Formats: sequence, C-alpha cells, structure tokens
Amino acid sequence: MRKNRNGNSASNVARLEKALTGIVGFDEISKGGVPKGRPTIVCGGPGCGKTMFGLEFLVRGATQHNEPGVLMTFEETSEEMSKNVASLGFDLKTLAARKKLVLEYVRIEPSEIQETGEYDLEGLFIRLQHAVESIGAKRVVLDTVEAIFSGFSNTGMLRAEIRRLFRWVKDRGLTTIVTAEKGDGTLTRYGLEEYVSDCVIFLDHRVTDQISTRRLRVVKYRGSSHVADEVPFLIDERGFSVMPSTSMRLNHPVSNERVSTGVKDLDDMLEGKGFYRGSSILVSGTAGSGKSSLAALFAQQTCRDGKRCLYVALEESPAQATRNMKSIGIDLGKQVKRGLLRFEAWRPTESGLEMHLLQIHKLVEQHKPAVVIIDPITNLLLGSKNELHSMLMRLIDYLKTQEITGFFTALTSGRNKEIEETDVGISSLIDTWLFARDVELNGERNRCIYVLKSRGMAHSNQVREFVMSKNGIRLLPVYVGSGTVLTGSARLSQEARERAESMLRQQTKEEQRRVLAGKRKALEAQIAAMRSEFAQEEARVALVTQQEERRERESSHDMLEMGSYRAGARHGKVVGPNGRITQGDGGQA
Amino acid sequence: MKAKTRTTSKRASANGNGRYVELRLYVAGQTPKSLAALANLKKICAEHLDGQYKLHVIDLLKTPQLAHNDQILAIPTLVRKLPEPIRKIIGDLSDRNRVLVGLNLRGTAGAK
Repeated sequence: MRKNRNGNSASNVARLEKALTGIVGFDEISKGGVPKGRPTIVCGGPGCGKTMFGLEFLVRGATQHNEPGVLMTFEETSEEMSKNVASLGFDLKTLAARKKLVLEYVRIEPSEIQETGEYDLEGLFIRLQHAVESIGAKRVVLDTVEAIFSGFSNTGMLRAEIRRLFRWVKDRGLTTIVTAEKGDGTLTRYGLEEYVSDCVIFLDHRVTDQISTRRLRVVKYRGSSHVADEVPFLIDERGFSVMPSTSMRLNHPVSNERVSTGVKDLDDMLEGKGFYRGSSILVSGTAGSGKSSLAALFAQQTCRDGKRCLYVALEESPAQATRNMKSIGIDLGKQVKRGLLRFEAWRPTESGLEMHLLQIHKLVEQHKPAVVIIDPITNLLLGSKNELHSMLMRLIDYLKTQEITGFFTALTSGRNKEIEETDVGISSLIDTWLFARDVELNGERNRCIYVLKSRGMAHSNQVREFVMSKNGIRLLPVYVGSGTVLTGSARLSQEARERAESMLRQQTKEEQRRVLAGKRKALEAQIAAMRSEFAQEEARVALVTQQEERRERESSHDMLEMGSYRAGARHGKVVGPNGRITQGDGGQA
Repeated sequence: MKAKTRTTSKRASANGNGRYVELRLYVAGQTPKSLAALANLKKICAEHLDGQYKLHVIDLLKTPQLAHNDQILAIPTLVRKLPEPIRKIIGDLSDRNRVLVGLNLRGTAGAK
C-alpha cells in the first residue's frame, strides 16, 4: 500500500505545506493554495461552482503539477460529469485514459436499500483507496459527500464515518476537496466544517440589479494568512478564475521608456516623445471629441511597433469600430489579422463591475499585451462612483505591475469646469491626462485638446485644435488672441486678416522711411546754412572786439598823458562824476 | 478463515416456489459485523430457501474493484441479484424479519 505521509509528518510543525490548486487567482489569495495532504471544504448554495472548483483543482493538478487525482461523485455519473465539463475545456476521458484521473461514481439509491442491524461505510473507503492506488493519486475530490445522509438513516454512524474519512485522507497525505451544500444559517447543511478544521472556502452566487456575481471567500485557513475578503470569480470556457487580491502595493517597477502616441503633434506636446511605457493615460472629453480616434491611433502605433494591444470596446462592435476608424485612415483590421491587436467588445450591462475587471484580467493574461485600451471606461459606471474608482484603481495597479500601458477614455457630459470636476475622482490614478473638448464659435463646432497633466515630463501647456481627416489626426496650434481661442474657419479668416494687415503695415513702413530720409536731408541742409550764418557772425564779433580793444588801449594812453600834465593841481578841486565840486578832505560831514 | 471468502453452495436449480435466488454478500475482512452477517444469512438461507439459492461472499479487501458494479458503500451489504429487481440489505442481518422482507421471501404484508 502506498502511503504518502508528507502531509502530516512531524517535520511540518513549523510551516503548513500548501498545494497549488492551479486555479487562476486562488493560489494568490490563499497564498499558495489549499493545505497539502489535508481536506478542505468548499461550500456554497446550488450552482455556486463547488464542483467546478473541485474539478479544476483535479485537472490542473493532473496537467500542471503532475499530481493525479480521484474524483468521487455522489450526484452525477462519470459520464454526465465528463459531458458537463467538456464545455469548459476539460477532457476528463483523456485524462482518465492517461491514468491521471479516476472518476468514481457512487450511487446512493435509498429505495433499494434495506437496513438490518449494524453496518459501516467501509465500502466507501475501499473504493476510494482502490481508486487512489490505481493511479497513485495525490489529490481527491469528494463531490458531494454529504449525499450519504440521504441514503442511510443512522446519522450517528454517518458522522463517525465522515470523521473517519477525513482522518483517512489526512493519514494518507491526500490533498482533498470536499464539497458541501450551504445550510440554513450554517456553512454546510450537515455541519461538515466541524470535522475539517484546516480550510473552509465559501462560494456565493448572488444577483444584484439583475447582474449575477460570483464571489469566493476563504472563511477559515488555520495556520496561514489569507485574504479574508470576498473576491469575485468567474466560470467560463477556460474554467474557474478568481480575481487576484486587492491588496496591491505601490511598488511596481517604472520605465523610462517612451512610447509614441501615434499622433506626431501629440508626441510634440509631450516632450516630443509620447507617453511613458507602463503609465496610465486618460483621455476625457465630451461626446464626439475624438477620444476613440486617439485610442485607435495609439492602438495602431503600438501594433506598428510590433507590440501587442488589447482593445476593449464598450460602445461599438469591433466591426463597427474598424469601419469607422478607416475613415481617418486607420486600418485596425490589418493589425487584428496580424494577431497583434485583440479587439474585444461587450456591453457594460452584461455583467457586474467586478466581472468586467476579471474579464479584462483574463484577456490580459491570454493576450499578453503591452497596451490595454478601454473605450470608454465611463460606460462601466453603472453603480456608484466609488465602485468605479476602486475598480479602476485595481485595474491600474494590476496593469502597472505588469508594465502595461493603460489607455482609457472617459465620456464627460458637462462643460468646462464641471467636466474636470467629475473626473477628479480618478485624477490621482492617472499619469497623463488629455482633455478633449469642443469649442462652439461662429456656427461651428471644433475640437480642441490639451494636456491637463502629465507626470514626469515637461508637457506643452497649449490648447491645440484637433483636426481629423483621411490622413489621420493633426493637432494645430490655435489662434490665441484678444482673450479668445479661435478655431476652424474663424482661425483661418483671422489668419488671412492678419496677413493682409501685415502687408499693409509693411508698405506704410517703407513710405515712412522715405519721408524720414527726406526730412533728414532737409534738416541737414538747414544745419549747414545755420552753421555758415553762425560762422559769419562769429567773424564779425571777432572784428568788433578787436577794434574795441585797440580803442581802449589808445584811450588809456591818452589819459596817462593827461595825468602827468595835471600833476600840479593834485590837491585842488576835483570834478566828480556828477559834476558837483566836492572838498578834498571835508567829505560829506 | 480466508478460505471463506468465496462460498458457493447448493444446487443451482429452481426450488419448490419456482424461485431461484442469487445472493452476494459483500464484506471487508473478518470484522465482527461481517462474521455476524454471514452467520445470520446462512441461517436464514437454510431455513427459508431450501437450497434454492446461490451465495457469493465477496471480500472487498481482496477484490476492491468489485465494489463499483454493485455500488457498495456500506459493509456488510447483501445484494439479491436474482430474481430482479436488485435488492440491497445492509447491516449485520440481525433482524430476520427485515431480511426476509428485503429478500421478498415473506410477502410485502409484513413490511414495515
């Protein structure tokens, strides 16, 4: 007899060993899977996905972890089970043929059983052991073991046997999933959780606003930390996927690499290089402001660079979007054919917000894109704004950890200030925010775009006019003057007017120059005339001065002579200047 | 003890009632319950079937693969393969009346 005692050997006291289930996301929230070599209860209401959980655990174990498994079903025959899960991509028959899986159907038919005296369920153990040993199974799923309660009346014995069964799988180190129906106010109808004390997982399927959401919760996980929150999960053609944990930390890697926006003029506005790789970009704007066109151009650019792109359209079907984008010279169909562009479209009302997020997660994991575009993200706003905010935060965190550039468009309804306020909620999550809006002027509606913010780069502060044509998108500088921004034909006419004015000014300038030159000449002539006049005057003044000096010299000589002549009458009367005769000594006393 | 695992007995021919009974008793080793069941069964057969039966005792510890076909869960289980329909009686067969009802050897009137 093969006995695998790894699960409960004494050396494992320090750390609980875990077995990876292989279920997308579950191993993350449970930090490594279910307890290895022990039973785990998966419980929930009808149709909650218990059986799927168990099955995927087995199939992934067999295919990915080389751990063969036994599925013991009490409700569905092996045949039914194979058929049911074939649609989910599980090929149980092939796995069984390859000795990776044993399907053991246990039929309980109360009507054909008569009880007389004492019995136990040794037959169940023998069958399980036989199945386990036939392929060397490491995993077991019992679905749904509590069905035995309907077949036998001696519940005391049944409980003892169930306890023994759990002990039995533990002793053999079989990692076991036991599914159980939800009870009324209890986790399981028959209280199985009393016997399995290591790990209990609860699945829930609820409908809110006509949209169903599946959620999973790890109710209990002895000896291990785990995410205790309810996390959404999905069952689709690829099986079970659980939404990864919300407890993302802000420690994602950053890139200095730049990616072109696909619009040269927009690149120019962002230091001529474009967005940072792995950043989150929001283009918000009113209806018809060209958000989707920018998104399509970015998608095309990404594919041209040989990278993969995931385009999630929540408004248009892929065919419609492809056709529409052709009108501005973007051939998305070509990129889809090359396999680089993955176009996914669904209605936002199709499922709950969490489901959208999960779906995007899954697509990202499948397609491995470098860029994820969601157009428009506001269409997801079915519930509260908080919900959208938390979803976006998780999405952006997720994309950032994967170094995926996220490009979102947001439809805004109001105008100007209000527009920006409605988006404030998600502003902090966004690295580069472009704002597109229309300007109505002179019977025209023209598109304008500007960079509201762009972290980590010296972006342009200009408002540009957004012109779409068959050749793509151009962002033209707008006319900014006299306090208004002119666009469209208003801009064109303003520009023509300015040209005419400028020509006129040019002509005037030349005329003025000529006049000035003339004036200068006249002035110079005047100056010359005045100079010569001045020179004559100067000469005349000099002559007069000369004559005057000579006369003065002569007259002083005469007076000297006269003085010496009158020397004898020195003390006599002197004729004063006023003709009065004064006494020489007496003065005026 | 081991020799008892497969006990085939008596003639395989119709009895006075035109009834031929084929029985299988599933056990798992020599547990007290199994031994009690076998003893009780033998007594009942001797008294009520008058040799018109065939009994296989199957020890699932030796041939576990046989548990699947008859959908054995409880041990011991007595399976009446013939006449049809298949009937199953589980337990140590200590309640003789119930065994007889279960094997349909004593009309349905006495059935509880």
